[in-house]
Amino acid sequence: MRDRGYAPECAFRMFCAVPMPTEGIESIDQVSDAFSLETHPHRSSRNQSFFALIADMAPASALILFAVAVFALVVIFRFPMGLYWRLARMLNVNDRVLIEDALKHLHDCEYRGQSSSVESLGGALQLGQEPTVRLLSTLESAGLTRSGDRGPELTDEGRRDALRVIRHHRLYERYLADRTGYQESEWHDEADRYEHTMTPQEAESIAAQTGHPRYDPHGDAIPTPDGRIAENRGKSLSALEVGESAVVVHIEDEPEAIYAQIRALKLRPGMLLRLTQNTSERVLFTVGDQEHVLAPVVAANITVLPRERPSVDRESLPRLSSLAHGDSAVVAEFSPRCRGLQRRRLLDLGLIPGTRVTAELSAPSGDPMAYRIRGALIALRRDQASLIHIQATEEDEASHAAIASR
Amino acid sequence: MPRSPAGDTDAPDTFVKLDVPRVRADYVAALTGNPNTGKSTVFNALTGLRQHTGNWPGKTVTRAEGGMTHEEKRYRLVDLPGTYSLLAASKDEEVARDYILFGRPDVTVIVVDATRLERNLNLVIQVLEITDKVVLCLNLMDEARRHGIAIDSDALADELGIPVVQTSARYGEGLTDLTNAIHGVATDKTPCKPKQNRLESTVRLPDAVNVLNRRIQETFPKLPNSRWVAMRLLDGDETVMAALRSGETGLLSGDEEQDDSPAERAEQVMETVRSLHWETGPDFHQALTEAIYAEAARIADEVVTRGEQEQETDWGQTLDHWLTSRWLGFPIMVLMLVIVLWLTITGANYPSAGLAWLLLDVVHPLLKSAAAAMSLPWWLDGLLIDGVYLATAWVISVMLPPMAIFFPMFTLLEDFGYLPRVALNLDRIFRRVGAHGKQALSMCMGLGCNAAGVIAARIIDSPRERLIAIITNNFSLCNGRWPTQILIATIFVGALAPAWMASLASALAVVAITLLGVFLTFVTSWGLSRTVLRGEPSTFHLELPPYRSPRFLQVLYTSLIDRTIFVLWRAVVFAIPAGALIWLVGNIHIGDETIAKHLIDFLDPFGFWLGLNGVILVAYIIAIPANEIVIPTVLMLTVLQVGLSGTGAGPGVMFELDSVPDTQSILNAGGWTLLTAVNLMLFSLLHSPCSTTIYTIWKETRSLKWTLLSTFMPVALGMCVCFVVTQCWRILS
Repeated sequence: MRDRGYAPECAFRMFCAVPMPTEGIESIDQVSDAFSLETHPHRSSRNQSFFALIADMAPASALILFAVAVFALVVIFRFPMGLYWRLARMLNVNDRVLIEDALKHLHDCEYRGQSSSVESLGGALQLGQEPTVRLLSTLESAGLTRSGDRGPELTDEGRRDALRVIRHHRLYERYLADRTGYQESEWHDEADRYEHTMTPQEAESIAAQTGHPRYDPHGDAIPTPDGRIAENRGKSLSALEVGESAVVVHIEDEPEAIYAQIRALKLRPGMLLRLTQNTSERVLFTVGDQEHVLAPVVAANITVLPRERPSVDRESLPRLSSLAHGDSAVVAEFSPRCRGLQRRRLLDLGLIPGTRVTAELSAPSGDPMAYRIRGALIALRRDQASLIHIQATEEDEASHAAIASR
Repeated sequence: MPRSPAGDTDAPDTFVKLDVPRVRADYVAALTGNPNTGKSTVFNALTGLRQHTGNWPGKTVTRAEGGMTHEEKRYRLVDLPGTYSLLAASKDEEVARDYILFGRPDVTVIVVDATRLERNLNLVIQVLEITDKVVLCLNLMDEARRHGIAIDSDALADELGIPVVQTSARYGEGLTDLTNAIHGVATDKTPCKPKQNRLESTVRLPDAVNVLNRRIQETFPKLPNSRWVAMRLLDGDETVMAALRSGETGLLSGDEEQDDSPAERAEQVMETVRSLHWETGPDFHQALTEAIYAEAARIADEVVTRGEQEQETDWGQTLDHWLTSRWLGFPIMVLMLVIVLWLTITGANYPSAGLAWLLLDVVHPLLKSAAAAMSLPWWLDGLLIDGVYLATAWVISVMLPPMAIFFPMFTLLEDFGYLPRVALNLDRIFRRVGAHGKQALSMCMGLGCNAAGVIAARIIDSPRERLIAIITNNFSLCNGRWPTQILIATIFVGALAPAWMASLASALAVVAITLLGVFLTFVTSWGLSRTVLRGEPSTFHLELPPYRSPRFLQVLYTSLIDRTIFVLWRAVVFAIPAGALIWLVGNIHIGDETIAKHLIDFLDPFGFWLGLNGVILVAYIIAIPANEIVIPTVLMLTVLQVGLSGTGAGPGVMFELDSVPDTQSILNAGGWTLLTAVNLMLFSLLHSPCSTTIYTIWKETRSLKWTLLSTFMPVALGMCVCFVVTQCWRILS
């Protein structure tokens, strides 16, 4: 290694605005000379000063310092629980957010026909009693709420504001579900953040892009711009009769702990289920051929609409992913879980109900599998193929029977 | 993150008029069609390979344009990206759709695969909804005949109301008919009368389309394709909404007069859309697609007759069986890659040396003496000849030969149909890290040139996976970096091994660095798909076209034009300022030292900390435009810094030495150790992409965020890796 000259006093000078009095300096010219690049004899060593401090550090301590720095960065920026994100969220919780969240809660109670109170509001907003009371009086003086017989109530103006925020939230959830790659578990939090800052123009642009939807991906009705909202429909899964069939119309996305359990079952609004057992310990139901168990408290967060079981239950149809190499079938229907860009793309490729597909070529691992679709050979991944329900055609069944009898 | 739907991914402001200037042509014809229908073959056959690569303003996709002359009329032909539909789910579809809609070609030629008529009619019906002036080109008739498929083109022409021509462009069949048909439609001699309201006469479309259509006709009476606009509005197509609002739809009607209040009237239409959406429900897109495919199936049923298929041995299926088999799939792939790389590296040596000799040893001195004869001032002579010329010459001599070998070979494999099978085989690995199997191909392309690799990421039509492929492409060691790796490995790593193993050891070191790049590609893909890119929409599909024997001459020509010359041109454009800069920092003095020396001294401690040195850091900063000139710059700077006399070509003049030991002695004089060498190899893999690539990323993504991320993420990673390696090394030694 080359000699690394290091002059501490130079390092000090570099960070000082005022030159240090140095021995032998007699005129101001000399001082400026000492700092000009032309004449300073130890110019290179002076430039090294800052880096040299680190460069001279022992390797072990440098490594430790590095590890600490990396760790700190991870702690600060890890999404979504990092310090940076928490701080950002905390700073975001301003008065406007609090007011709008309060209006949302009050509307929610009203919509369900429940009464609200200071306690319920404080619980929903995670606020202490005192700030909640202060918040309520702010709302009241702004003419958004009034005190009714059964606790705080929304005024017409307050209801309009609440519906606007709810519209933004649910529209954005619809947009996230249809037009982006966010996971189901992320929709609610993303929408919770964006609902307060969305402008009405942005909301209209989203609405037009997503086809002015009536329901969000959880099955909640989206209020119209003029503040109309569809009636609550259906009943809770746990209120269903044993043996009755019903369509899932709504899945409550709060609280997260319960929603996560429902998510794990891959239930979506639009799916047909049948209740097989309903006790105080557990609710048992089938979707297609699969049987699921939930605790009653979880099942209560699923809203269903009783419906006659159709002759062909989509959920019990086999899926494209189960089609063996070399076999053919006809596309029956898409799963409600197949949405957005994914669904559009599959449709554009010609995978529409009634299309005949043959599994022709498989990757070395069996996934993806290439299917012959309207003349072209197109590979799809297994998780995509499992979103498409198929039906064996009569001729396929005949040929299977022929093979079996041989 | 698509926080705002009006964000950078599908904002209406990306909407650009793609109007081809008509000064040099009498008529403009656009070529469209599904992927793998031989569209480019038709294009090349019509234009006689007189094409140039046109880069369209504001659009991310480069497509070929060419010319032809027929009956003394000049035609400009525009080759649009191959798409399955025009419902604009991907960038390519948007480009094709916007061109047909707003570019207003005089004729649109739809190239159709005759063996898959039904699937292709999907696109035909969609185009006919936009424009009447269409010629249908039934291509690949030879394959259709082989499969016993006959198509009644007269019936098809009657059914569609447009001229239908059977061709087999590969063998030059039917091209005269095609030109005549194009001419007939362009000059209005052949009437085009597509059936009006085709879709509802045969299939049930949501009533909303008719209601909205009437509403649009009332509000915008001059709009000819109001039904199509109605369908697009109901489908939530933002480009069409924006066009309606800005009055851009005037273009659709060929009506140039300014619309007085388009925004107001558009709002009335949008109001109708809003109320109709309550009736159509969410599955309008599905209903529309089903209607179009049902109509396509009906037409195909009427005009296609399938005869007895010739019992030809289906070698395609047999080949597929072997190429994707569990045991042979991977070995064949590795073998192919090794052959391609070996041919590139060894094959490029001779032309590279020849070019270097010509440009650096013959032309350079000639230029110098010419400058002396003209008695140019020394600084002008230095700046232009030693700076600009030398950098450009260097880039060309190092870059051109490998690319001219690598890209044609790659294009041959692509043309044959092997590459999609590679993507199929590898998809499982890429899926694990959140990427697309086709990324294997853009990575391989990156081994030739990262800019080309970034462009190749276009084949991935899922937004998230495409961004991953673009951002991580820099981890593919490009051929501009191979010489650096090989030289440093030979000098420092080879020296560690006994003489007979020296070349093996250095080769292994380079391979290890390449594999490290592959490994880091996976790691960063995984990280990106789970952090910054998690909100980008994602989908997968991979079409496996039938094998076709490649056409060598055409492949050679198009890969040279489309990839090699295109990338080389961009590189040269960036090398010119870099050459000037390098010469200037070596020659401008502040005080009694050059800028270069000041920079080196300033960065030296930081470099030492990373296990590198100031010279290397300065070389990477000023040589960002091209990796090829890093080693010449390093040598020049080392000589300058250490003050060696007798070597080098003067301050600011890059040079290289023929003999490895001489190079080694210069580097040793610069204080290089084995650690410096290892770190340089790592840093050469992990630093910001060259400016050609950065510019290409910008062109491809049109996003400052992704461009900055792909520029700085690798440098940060490189510094961390070098730092950790250095500190560990110092502890151990």
